[in-house]
Order: sequence, then structure tokens, then C-alpha cells
Amino acid sequence: MTLASVPLRTPVTIAAISGDRPFRRRLMELGFLPGVTVQVLGIAPFGDPLDIEIRGCRYSLRNAEATCVTVNPIPASADLAAK
Amino acid sequence: MQPATAASATAGNRVQMPRIALAGNPNTGKTSLFNRLTGANARVGNYPGVTVEREIGKWNLGSRTVEVMDVPGAYSLAARSAEEQVAIRSVFGLDPGEPRPALVVVVIDATQLVRNLYFAMQLIEARVPVVLALNLIDVARAQGSPPDRQRVEDILGVPVVAVSAATGEGLEPLARAVERVLVRPDEGRSVATWRYPRALEKDVDRLAALVAAWSPEEAKALGRWALLSVDVEDELVDIPEVVRKEVTNVRRQAEAAGRDIDAELIGTRYSWLDAQDFGIRGTADTGFTEAVDRFLLHPLWGGLTFLLTMGVLFQALFSWSDPAISAIEATFAWLATHVHNALPDGVVNDFLVQGVINGAGSVVVFLPQIMLLFFLLGFLEDSGYMARVAFLVDRLMKSLGLHGRAFVPMLSGYACAVPAIMATRTLERQRDRVLTMMVVPLMSCSARLPVYTLIISALFPPNTKFFGFIPAPAFMMVFMYVFSTTMALTAAAVLGRTMLKGPKVPLLLELPPYRVPRLATVVRQMWMRAKTFLTEAGTTILACTVVLWALLAFPRHPLLSHDYNADRAAISASTDPTSDASELAADHRAALDAVDAAETAEKLQKSYGGQLGHLVEPLIRPLGFDWKIGVGLVGAFAAREVFVSTMGVVYGIGADQDEQSVPLRERIRGEKRDDGTPVYTPLVGLSLMIFFALSAQCMSTLAVVRRESRSWKWPAFLFAYMTVLAWCFSFVVYQGGKALGF
Repeated sequence: MTLASVPLRTPVTIAAISGDRPFRRRLMELGFLPGVTVQVLGIAPFGDPLDIEIRGCRYSLRNAEATCVTVNPIPASADLAAK
Repeated sequence: MQPATAASATAGNRVQMPRIALAGNPNTGKTSLFNRLTGANARVGNYPGVTVEREIGKWNLGSRTVEVMDVPGAYSLAARSAEEQVAIRSVFGLDPGEPRPALVVVVIDATQLVRNLYFAMQLIEARVPVVLALNLIDVARAQGSPPDRQRVEDILGVPVVAVSAATGEGLEPLARAVERVLVRPDEGRSVATWRYPRALEKDVDRLAALVAAWSPEEAKALGRWALLSVDVEDELVDIPEVVRKEVTNVRRQAEAAGRDIDAELIGTRYSWLDAQDFGIRGTADTGFTEAVDRFLLHPLWGGLTFLLTMGVLFQALFSWSDPAISAIEATFAWLATHVHNALPDGVVNDFLVQGVINGAGSVVVFLPQIMLLFFLLGFLEDSGYMARVAFLVDRLMKSLGLHGRAFVPMLSGYACAVPAIMATRTLERQRDRVLTMMVVPLMSCSARLPVYTLIISALFPPNTKFFGFIPAPAFMMVFMYVFSTTMALTAAAVLGRTMLKGPKVPLLLELPPYRVPRLATVVRQMWMRAKTFLTEAGTTILACTVVLWALLAFPRHPLLSHDYNADRAAISASTDPTSDASELAADHRAALDAVDAAETAEKLQKSYGGQLGHLVEPLIRPLGFDWKIGVGLVGAFAAREVFVSTMGVVYGIGADQDEQSVPLRERIRGEKRDDGTPVYTPLVGLSLMIFFALSAQCMSTLAVVRRESRSWKWPAFLFAYMTVLAWCFSFVVYQGGKALGF
């Protein structure tokens, strides 16, 4: 599953980041690292870009780039524990 | 050392005050803090070698005064372009001739501590003396989860001060901390306690051995920087070839061993940060921003608010600036009249009135639009809404090869290209700025409107209809706007995919929390923009006006076709002093005015500008234009609307013509070629409007492009490509129309 296909407002954890090196590096420098929780808050008109929340910060990320972020669902029990 | 050099070095030391750098992430209130610290005395300049603007101001600490340099906001020191490289070059003082900052004040957004500390860590591990300013501490408290200042200081081992640029809180302690570190730099240095993997440390050592640095720690920091930044496709400058080669070797070997250097470096820093307890309790209440975004990013309400905001912005530029523009024009006209009357007739008088005063007026007249635009931009930017605008229109702009932030400059282009081009500095990348600058002048600006109005009203009378039901004048006006928009968008798409093909760096746009903008910051930025426009672009525009004036005013005494003085004498002699005075006096004056206008017209036709009109006639004849239109085009270079008054002079009916004046309209309709056919047909009118829509007939635009791109190359390219485009389209329209029998 990638960040581009996650349902809205569903926290997931980052598994890996691929893509061009400068882009990947920049994402990681903003704290997009394996294990970190991320969620898609919204989608702009015409379906692109995405409104993404991570570490209490929000970014606008285009669909094409969001597909470079592979994510894992958070198991239901862990999700409850987090709340 | 030579004695003279020693003496000048001593003198230099006496005047040189220590420089401190203000660095940090974007959206941390860094500019507000800079304004708080330095007051109104900043000077604007450029970072060496790039078009990134920088401000340097003076900060009075109490015991001494220091120079503060505002470093552009960045999420990391790592860079992939010369522009991003500014951050590391300026904090390490790597530019030749630039002093090395004595210390760096890292501005930290207290509400987003970890990501901001990632930046600070890179300075700490280089053993650069730092003071951390935990800005926005008031907001962090209001959100209910402020970091514990003491804990942050204990963990990082460098001075940390809680401040608020908005309220002024903590500025005194900040000054004291800076003073302390200036005296004892070691107080601002810390021993980094994060450990990189052993294999990575070995790689870093290999690079550290190749770089010149002040300390072993700094050499290592530069080594890490190089490992993270240098890439086969980077656009960095001044990277020694040995360093490049070694980075490539190291990365290749690491890859072969299954290691990921980027992840190791960045991961180590973040893992360390994530393991610390900075005393943040509970989660921050970001409910306000989220609630506002539920409305402002809503497909319907958000869209409507967006349209409304852009509507207000456009209306402000297009209409609200009008009274101020009229007032400026009236003031300069008043000044011109008085100077003209006070001085004896002659070349000095004309130079002062038509060259200097007129030229100064044509510079100052841009100020209302520039100031309004930057005032509104400041609010949009500082409130956080600008990022939402970019988010909402990003999809649209992506298809043009641009991104969302280019929208406002493009929209402003409909009012005037000059402020619009200045607004491109809100774009981060040079390539995006240049691309936007190259297409904004194609947007139909308000100065083209008088030209369209004149031509349409002269050649497409109100009662004409296309296909029997579409009113021709309205259709033509709408057509011109649709045409210019289409051309601008096409040009963006084409240039963006060809000569301005950008590197594939996806833009990561932060959507910062909404904040109340500070009026003082917004106004200060607006003044700064106005000042740089006047002093830098303004001087170029003034010089061009004087040149243009000279073109149209010299030679002073051309050989005229006949003796206008004799005509005047004849009119005076024919007047019978005994007849009804008032009626005759009016006739008499009208006759004299006609002679004056005819003389001015002939002088203009024989001026260098007029000769230029003749010279270019073979070039513009295929577009349906005669040499008189050529003279108008030369005059229009001062500003497009000047075409109207220049045509008034060329046709000998005086310069005080506007687009509504009947005599000029009738003259255009009646103007004949030598063979008796009319010069202006609707087809010629269309060709002329297309030419105006596409050509770069505006020296102010070119002057501003030169100022903003810091090179002559881009205004030259802009002028060349727009002129060629205009010529080709007019040619196709005119010749095609003629072949079709119009």
C-alpha cells in the first residue's frame, strides 16, 4: 500500500521511501522515516495534490510522489492503544 | 606584510562589527524576529553568485552592536542547487570576501520542535557557536504543549532562549545570551552526543580529509554535508573535483555493501531526537488550523473563498490602485507644466519636462500597484493562506510545468506585468521564477486596454455584428483576453518543457498553521520592495525614457517640407481686426493649432524615431502596418498606452488624445495609403491588436525582469521571443485573412 491509496484520515506507518534521490532525501529530512505515523487529511480539487500530516506538521504532496511512500496499516489494537 | 596593508587592515577591523547569522526552517517567524531585532535599518543585497536576496541589519545588544544577516529559511543545510547552498555557505562563511558569522542564532518553531532541531543539529555537530531562539513560545503555550526550555538546553548543551517575535517576549535574554557567546564562543558549542554508525563515520573521515575547515568537527560536518548533497545530477557550485570523486566512490562502495547512506545519516539524527524528552506534555491543540482548513480547503466553500480572495486581489490591483495612479499622473503633469512655463523654450526645457519629469513619473506610477500587491501578498503569506492557494491550484499549474505558488504572479499579470514579475520572488526556485517571468508579460495587462479600445472603437463600430447576432466590439475584446491567456499558458507549457526544463525535484509545500500576520512586518516588506524597485529598476526605466525621448525629439531642426512660420503669419495677416472679435479669434486659434500640430507631426516623422518607423516599415508591411504605425510602436515602448497619444501626434491632431477621442478614431478610419485604399481595415486592426498582445512593447517590464533575474540574458530573451511570436502571429492573421478575402 502507498500513501496515495490510503483512505482519508486513517493513520498508517511508513514502511519505506523510494523515488529519486533528492526527493527521497528531502522527505526523510522532514522526518518521513520508517515507523513514523502519517495520515492523509484531504485531497485538493481535481484529485491532486494530497494534504498530509506527519509529526504534527502538514505538507502538500502530489499523488505521483505519494506513491513513492510505502505504508503499513496500523493494527487495530495498536490504533486503540495510541488513542 | 606591507605597512600600508597593515594599516588598512587595522582600519578595517575598527569599523567591522561582528556578524551573526539568523537561520532556521521556513515559517518560524524568522523574518519577524529579524525585524524586531534590527528595526528599520536593514539593507537589501544579494548572496554572492545567486539571485537569492538577503537582508543585513544592525542589532544593538546594549553593550555593543552586531550585524545580523537573515539566512533564507531551509529545512536542512543539505542542498542540491546553488540556491539551497546559500544556507551552508553563509553560516560557515564560505563565500570569499564575506565575514564568517561569529555565531548563529537558530530560530526554532517551538510548536514543531523536532523538525526544527534537525536543522540545529547540523550546526551543533560542526561546532559552530549557536544560540537557539525558541520562537512562537506563546503559540506553543496556547496550544497546551510547550517544550521545556531548560530541558532543551540541557539536552543540546547550547544556550536556549524562549522568545516570541510577536509579543517581544524574551528579546532581552536573547541579547544577553548572544553577548555571552560572542565573548566566550565555547558556551555556544556543545559536544554532540548522537553517534553515527561506525561504517558511516569511516566514510565521513575519508571526505573530511579532503576539505579545508576550522576544526576537525567542522571538517566532518562538511564531509556529512557532501555525502548527503553531492549527486551526479546536482547543481551545486564550487565543489572540488576530488570531493565529488570521493563522494561517488564512497556511495558506490556503500551501495555495494547494501548500505543506504542517506537513511543512515538522517535516520541517526531523527532517532536521537525522537528518543529525547523535551518536556512536551500532551498533544498540541491544532484544532483552530484544522477547523479553518475544513472550510478553506472544502471543495465548495474553499473554492468560493479562493475565488473571492483572488477577486479582491485582482480588483485591488486593477481598480483600487487607480485613484493613486491618477493622483501621481496629475502631480507629474502639474510639475511638468510649471517647469515648462518657468524655463525658456529649448532643448533643456524639453529634456527636463519630457525626458526627466515624464520619466520619473513613469517610474513612480508603478508604486501604487506594487505596494498594494505586496501588502496583500504579505498578509496572504504570513497568515498561511498562500500555501493553501498553492495547494488548491497546484493541479492546474502542474499542467503548465509550474507549481501552485506561481498562480498569484500570473493573475497579477492581468493588471500589470511589473508588480507581477516582482511577485515571482515568492517562488523558491530560480527556474520557476524565470519561467513565470517569461510568460507573465503575455497576460493582457491594463496598459493594452486603451490600445484595444481605440482600435476596436475605430474599426468595429458598435452596431456591427458577427454572424448577425454577436456584437463585434464586445466579441473582439473578450477574444483578445482569451487569446492572450491561451498564449501565456501555452508559452509556459512549451518553455517549461524545452529551454526551461526543470530538474525533476518535486515540490514539497508545507501547509503551515494559520497565524495572525503582523502589520509591522507586512508594511516593512512592502516598503522594502518599493524601495528596491525605485532605486534599481527605476533608474533603468528613467534612463530608457530619456533615450526614447531623445529618439523622438532629435534632430531638433529637421529640414521641413514647408515654412510653418509663413503659414502662421498668413493666418495672422488674414484676420480682419475690425470684425466680430470672439468668433474670429476662435477660428484664428483653431487654424494656428492646426499648423502647430502639422509641424509637430512632421518633426516627429523626421525624428530618429520617425526614421526608425520608416526603417522598420519593410519588416512590418507584411503585417499590414505602415511606417506611421511603426512610429507608434516605437513610442509605445515607453508604455503600451503611449501608442494612443503617439498616433495622435503622428496624425497631426495633437498629443492629448485618449482611446475615447473622436478625432483620432475618425482619422484612423479615414487614413489612406498612397493608392487610396484605407490603411486600417478590420483585418489590420486585428493584426495590430495581436501584435500588441504578444510583443514585449514595454521597457519597464524588461527593466524589472533584468532586476529580478539579475542578468541581461533573460530580458533579451523575453524581448526576442515575444517579438518573434508577435510578428509571426500578426503575419499569419494578416496574410491569411487577406488570402481568405477579408
